[in-house]
Amino acid sequence: MHRTRFFDHVILLFGVFIMLAPVVVAFMTSTHEAADIHRNGLSLTWGGHFAETYETVLTREGGFTGKVTGFNMMMNSMVLGLGFAVGKIVLSMLAAYAIVYFRFPLAAFFFWIIFTTLLLPLEVRILPSYEVMNTLRLTNTYTGLIVPLLASATGTFYFRQFFKSVPDELLEAARIDGAGPFKFFIDVLVPLSRTMMAAIFIIMFVYGWNQYLWPTLMTTDEGFFTLVRGIKQILLVWVGSNIPDYNEALALAILAMLPPVMIVVIFQRWFIKGLTESDK
Amino acid sequence: MAAKRVQFSSPFLPYLFLAPQLAIIFVFFYWPSIQAIQSSFYLEDPFGFGATFVGMSNYTDVLKSSEYLGIARFTAIFTALVTFFALSIGLLLAVKADGVIRGNSAYKTLLIWVYAIAPPVAGLIGMMFFDQHIGPIVELARWFGWDIKVGLDYFDTAFAMIVVSVWKQIPYNFIFFLSGLQGIPVSVREAAAIDCRSGLRRFWTVILPLLAPTAFFLLIINVTYALFDTFGIIDVMVKDKAANNPITLVYKVYMDGFRGNDLGGSSAQSVILMIIVFVLTVFQFRLIERRVHYN
Repeated sequence: MHRTRFFDHVILLFGVFIMLAPVVVAFMTSTHEAADIHRNGLSLTWGGHFAETYETVLTREGGFTGKVTGFNMMMNSMVLGLGFAVGKIVLSMLAAYAIVYFRFPLAAFFFWIIFTTLLLPLEVRILPSYEVMNTLRLTNTYTGLIVPLLASATGTFYFRQFFKSVPDELLEAARIDGAGPFKFFIDVLVPLSRTMMAAIFIIMFVYGWNQYLWPTLMTTDEGFFTLVRGIKQILLVWVGSNIPDYNEALALAILAMLPPVMIVVIFQRWFIKGLTESDK
Repeated sequence: MAAKRVQFSSPFLPYLFLAPQLAIIFVFFYWPSIQAIQSSFYLEDPFGFGATFVGMSNYTDVLKSSEYLGIARFTAIFTALVTFFALSIGLLLAVKADGVIRGNSAYKTLLIWVYAIAPPVAGLIGMMFFDQHIGPIVELARWFGWDIKVGLDYFDTAFAMIVVSVWKQIPYNFIFFLSGLQGIPVSVREAAAIDCRSGLRRFWTVILPLLAPTAFFLLIINVTYALFDTFGIIDVMVKDKAANNPITLVYKVYMDGFRGNDLGGSSAQSVILMIIVFVLTVFQFRLIERRVHYN
C-alpha cells in the first residue's frame, strides 16, 4: 500500500512539473537580457532585468504605427473579457428566464433557434461573419470585437439548467405575495443565482480574454489590439531581427496569461463548479 | 426534465426577454451561416463584380484537391493523437489525485491553471522551447541524435504542435475526470474493493464504466478542441508560412478565405466543417448517450 502511494505522488509531481516548468522557465527567461538569452538559451535563474523589461513592454510605444503600448493592449483585453462576460450573463439570464418561466406560443421553436448555435463554433463561419461585420461597419470597434462572440447559447444553457433546479414552491410563494415577473426575477431569481453567475462570469472572462482568431480578423487598427492578438505581431517583428527580443516576447506572453490564470487559481472552486455542472 | 408547474403567461414579456439574444443570434449566427452555404455554390468575381452560380463545383474542386485531402488526413491524425494523449494523461493524473487524500487540493490547483492560458500564448512558449537556438527540447532531442527543426521540417513541426496542444488540454480533462471520480459513491468503491483485489482490474471493470459518461463527453470536447481551438497554436507555430507546414482544416479555411481570396472555395470548406461538427454532435446525443449507462 505504501509503495503505491509513493508512486502515485511521483506521477503527480511529474505531472505538476510538466505543467509548471514551461511557464516558470518562460518567466525566469523574461528577466534576462535578449543577448544573454541568445547566448545561453532559456533559463531557470533570475536574470535581474525584471523591472526594465516589463516596464518597456508595458509603456514603450511599439507596433507598426508606433502608438500602441502593452498597457493599451491590456486595457483592450480587459474590455473584451469583461464586456463578453457581462454581456453573456445578461443575455443568457434573460433568455433562460423567458424559456423556463413563461408559457407562450412558439416557445419550443425559439428554444431550438437558440440552442442550434451550440452546434457550430464561430471558426467555421469566420469569413461570412467577417463580411457581415464589414457590411455593418463594425470592424475596429469594441462592439464588433465583443458582440459577435456572444452569438452562442452556452450561457443560456447553463442558466436554463439552473433555473429548472429552482424549486417550484418559490414561484408559487412569490405569486401568493403578489410578485409579478419583474419582481420575481430581480428579488428572487437573481440573488439565488449569485454563485452560478460568479462561476459563469469567471469562465466567460477567461474565454473572452483568450480570444484570438476573431480579434485578429476584426482589428487592423493597433489601438484595438488585445494582448493575445498582439502575440502575432510580436512574432512578425521577431522573425526579421538579428537578435530576437526573446525577453520582451516572453514578458508579453506572461502578461497575457496573468489575469486569466490568477482568476482561475483564486476562484478555483467556482470555476470548477461552473465547468463541471454545465457539461451536458 | 419537465416544465415548471407554474409559469407566468404574458403576451409580450417572454419575447422582450428573448429579443436581445435572438437579435444577436440572427445577425451573427444565422445570417453568416446562411451566407456561407449560399456562397459555397457561387464563384465570386475577385474584383467584386458579382458572382456566378456554379452548383457543386466548389465542393468537387475541394474534395478532389490532393492538397485538401492531405490537410484532411493530417487533421484526422492530429485530432486523434491530441485527443488520445490529452485524455489518457488527464485520466492518469485524475486517478492518482483521487487516490491521494492529502495534498489533493494542492495538486488540483497546480494541475488546472494551465487551462487559463490562451492557445497562442501556449504556442509562443512552445516556439521558445522548440527554438533552434535556445530551445531546451531541441537540445534534449539532439542528445538522442534527433535534430528538431520546427517550421522547416514537416514532421518536427507537427510533433511540436501536438505536444503543445496536448499540454494545453490536459488540465481540462483532469478536472472533469477528477470530479467524475469523486462523484462515485463510497459504497460502490467499497463493494468493488471487496469483490476485486487487483487495483488495475477494479479500475477497468468497475471504475472506468462508471466514468464512461464523462469520458464520452470529453471525447467530443477534445475532438472539437483539436479541430478548432488549436488554431492559435498552429497560427503562431507556422508563422504565416503554411506552404510546407502541417495545418488543419480550419486553418485552410482561413488561409483560402483571407489570404487567397477564394470565397467560394473557403465557404465550401466551411460547410464541410459544419457538416463534420454537426455529425459529431448528433453522434454524441444519439448513439453515445444511449449506450452509456448513467446511475
